Amino acid sequence: MFQIRCPYCGPRDEPEFKYGGQAHVAYPADPEALSDEEWARFLFFRDNSKGRYAERWNHAAGCRRWFNVVRDTGTHELVGSYRVGEQPEAAR
Amino acid sequence: MADRTAPLAAMEDRIAAAAFPGAALAAVPFVAQVGIRLDPAGPAAARVAEALGLPLPEANRVSASGGRRALWLGPDEWLVVAADGEERALVGILEDAIGADGAVVDLSANRTGLELSGPLSRDVLATCCSLDLHPRAFGPGRCAQTLVQKAGVLIEQRDADTFLLLVRPSFAAYVAEWLVDGMAGLAADLAAV
Repeated sequence: MFQIRCPYCGPRDEPEFKYGGQAHVAYPADPEALSDEEWARFLFFRDNSKGRYAERWNHAAGCRRWFNVVRDTGTHELVGSYRVGEQPEAAR
Repeated sequence: MADRTAPLAAMEDRIAAAAFPGAALAAVPFVAQVGIRLDPAGPAAARVAEALGLPLPEANRVSASGGRRALWLGPDEWLVVAADGEERALVGILEDAIGADGAVVDLSANRTGLELSGPLSRDVLATCCSLDLHPRAFGPGRCAQTLVQKAGVLIEQRDADTFLLLVRPSFAAYVAEWLVDGMAGLAADLAAV
């Protein structure tokens, strides 16, 4: 089980959190202009890389805030967490 | 006020019977609770603090004054708690203070109380809650929204030996069952010594 550091509440056990997928996937500036394939890529395609990966988590049983976590997909190490609006370099 | 049924009325006897020298559990069926949301850096925060006579607390903390307490729920969210019957007065005070700079909602029916007290109350709670309750991490004046097994709870430590759990009424019996079970286990341990 992970112990995840919520940037607002501090470290808590994983069952308090919900996973939210890859972080920093920007909503298209002009969705109407996208082809079906581009739209599908935005909706469904995510990186599946080995190494440090920025992902969203929600502290569902705590403060209910969304935040970001950097996790190493190779080792499962949680490198750190940071607030929405911050960049992965802010992870601690 | 309309007739109200205490959420744990059917469990009252079992809750009372679970008491042992280490801890006792008691239902606090009705608690006045008003949720507020506002920008802690905005103008309303100071007005609320003045109107309530207490500062809005930092993360995971409780501030108290004259029977009213403010519990931190999130970076822009608090729960103001007082004795049953005060909810209307509280809503009025808070609406006047906050105006259009935030939100005020009477949440008194959203949660019911369970008070766990006694020298082993922390050990009882630890049988069913994974939150770090050690004094280095938790203590009087602290609060946390967390889980008791599968149920969401808002835990407030009132003093060294007393915890107040605020639980949704439909989960109250579930949480009470876990606490009663934890008390039975610790009572058996004590008896075996």
